[in-house]
Amino acid sequence: MEVTGAQALVRSLECQGVDIMFGIPGGAILPAYDPIRSSSIRHVLVRHEQGAGHAAEGYAWATGRVGVCIATSGPGATNLVTAISDAYMDSVPIVAITGQVPTAMIGTDAFQESDITGITGPITKHNELVTEVERIPAAIAEAFHIAATGRPGPVLVDLPKDILQAQTTWSWPPALDLPGYKVPGAPDGELIEQAARLLREAKRPVLYAGGGVIKSDSYAALRELAELAQAPVTTTLMARGAFPDAHPLALGMPGMHGMYAAVTALQECDLIVALGSRFDDRVTGKLSAFAPKAKVIHADIDPAEIGKNRRPDVAIVGDLRTVLADFVRAMRAEIDAHGSPDTADWISTTASWKTSYPLRYSQQPDGPLKPQHVVERLSALTGGDAIVVAGVGQHQMHTSQHYSFTKPRSWINSGGAGTMGFAVPAAMGAQAGRPGELVVAIDGDGCFQMTAQELATCAIERLPIKVLIFNNGFLGMVRQWQELFYDERYSEVHLGTAIPDYVKLAEAYGCAGLRCEHPGDVDAVLEKALSISDVPTVVDFRTHDAEGVFPMVPAGHSNDDIVLGPQFTAAEQQAATRREVIKR
Amino acid sequence: MTTHTLSVLVENKPGVLAHVAALFSRRAFNISSLSVGPTSDPKVSRMTILVDGASTPVDQVHKQLEKLVRVLKVTELEQDAAIERELALIKVRVNPQLRSELLDIAASFRANVVDLGQDTIVLEAVCGPGRLDELLARLEQHGTCELVRTGQIAISRGSETITDDMAGPTLAAVS
Repeated sequence: MEVTGAQALVRSLECQGVDIMFGIPGGAILPAYDPIRSSSIRHVLVRHEQGAGHAAEGYAWATGRVGVCIATSGPGATNLVTAISDAYMDSVPIVAITGQVPTAMIGTDAFQESDITGITGPITKHNELVTEVERIPAAIAEAFHIAATGRPGPVLVDLPKDILQAQTTWSWPPALDLPGYKVPGAPDGELIEQAARLLREAKRPVLYAGGGVIKSDSYAALRELAELAQAPVTTTLMARGAFPDAHPLALGMPGMHGMYAAVTALQECDLIVALGSRFDDRVTGKLSAFAPKAKVIHADIDPAEIGKNRRPDVAIVGDLRTVLADFVRAMRAEIDAHGSPDTADWISTTASWKTSYPLRYSQQPDGPLKPQHVVERLSALTGGDAIVVAGVGQHQMHTSQHYSFTKPRSWINSGGAGTMGFAVPAAMGAQAGRPGELVVAIDGDGCFQMTAQELATCAIERLPIKVLIFNNGFLGMVRQWQELFYDERYSEVHLGTAIPDYVKLAEAYGCAGLRCEHPGDVDAVLEKALSISDVPTVVDFRTHDAEGVFPMVPAGHSNDDIVLGPQFTAAEQQAATRREVIKR
Repeated sequence: MTTHTLSVLVENKPGVLAHVAALFSRRAFNISSLSVGPTSDPKVSRMTILVDGASTPVDQVHKQLEKLVRVLKVTELEQDAAIERELALIKVRVNPQLRSELLDIAASFRANVVDLGQDTIVLEAVCGPGRLDELLARLEQHGTCELVRTGQIAISRGSETITDDMAGPTLAAVS
């Protein structure tokens, strides 16, 4: 059957199982938009291509399936760059389709020409400029295969206009021609046995779970392993929800703004079992001072992560789904043969760190509204039964810290890239992928204003996300660093709380707009917001502008230098630094 | 010696060199030389990359290269177990009194005279690592006026080949 390249593209996406894509048409991609009219794929017309990219990410985070975004050449394509970079840093499987100027004009500085494969080379898992119409089905099939398998990531397919207009003979499925593409096979059984032995013998083990646990859907095995080994579990920013926060073995988030117990357990442990995590600088602090007494077992699907930052004692390359299943089996055998691990003292130590040095903030009934309080109320009112999305900054850290996650794929944020403006469009994508579920974006006022235009898309497309703006009138995290490290010399961080009027803005976008200024009103306003399901809802929470995020390990410092924050006395801080347990 | 030699087989497709170059830039890898050429299989090109091990983690270069979709195989060649060569074309000014001395130097490095001009000659030299620098140092006093080097290429000694442990279909056409 003869089809155009554009028809081949849309059919390939349909055959690939795509149910939704996010994009904006333009000159070079125009041919593709004609068959999109009659396609079974729902196209969501966003207001800015960055929104399309983050929406594709949000969809992928929430569903585990590949997200798709589409844009035209030149500025359309370059507007995707931030989202592609974000997906690359957080290993999010998305496929970006871009139009390109006709092949004969490539290199001539034609109208809306940009070298998008060149630009995105360092921030994609793979990309391709398709120069033959017959290759379109294979290029699309390969893009999805590469995005979704191994360590997931973004793939970009650039399609010149003349290629989209040319004729080809349709056939599916195409043969994949990827001789150099390697996905790790089964993990080495001997290494797994070695790991199980180390874990059983360890007196002070910590399971350091990263985003890989969620991406491989292996959270059930993680829990089994933790309970078998009686090992506390810390979940990184990428892994929040991979292990229930209410579990007695849960230490919470590690790192720069991690829980004292998680940070300190890693410093004091004799064995780290790193599972789909990458010893990121935000977790390790000063690398040379990180976990000085620990042996390291590192399991990851990406061989290049092994030894990149911390040299492991046991390196296991493989898909965590298999690795963890095998690990659980090996651990059982190890326990059957040699008895249960002896970690009772360690667990009671880490548990007492949790009670001695918890998250602490002070919400006075008549005082300024604390962001932590809003998060805790949201957590209580939803019971963890929501998809929570955050951008980057104080609101993100407060949410990660204070929301009690109960299940995987209930937390979406911009981790590695730290992309402000991520939350609203990512929530839109998550809502599209999981219709009928409660999707709540928590956003800072700085972040929100970077991509707020997608509220229009949400309203028109009937994607009833909730957006809770923590409006403190500042670029809060930058303000906090200027307060702490630049002697309160605030420079260009004040946004003001009044402009724009977020309630009016919400209404202008066809959303419901609410405001909450007093601690006593939080529950009522949240309940109201959660009850609106026909339109998106924006809540302007006027939060305390001087509230910081604590604990905090100053950048470049050892995790031993963790600062508990102003809610702790000097004596408590001293005791914490000495790792003492305060009996209450 | 901290220089490491990587032999890399890549698919002979557009954009591959750009992906490899982008990787070096993205990961802040320092390379001292890169040479690319075709192989006996028209679908495969071979790169020889010299990495400065003092400033760059060679293991990471190896693993990150492996991750590139169009890269088929990466092997590190051990210095003792490999033959390493670089070709240079060197244009030298000739002073009639020193012509025979110049030709003696060339002969001792087995460099061929490939162009004989009025007052310049062009030498073609093929040397192992370090040898070429020695030759250039010797020629410097005669006044080297132009130099071009190919970058080093290398192949393992003995019966082993780079494609030994590659699955058949990797290099052959996938049906």
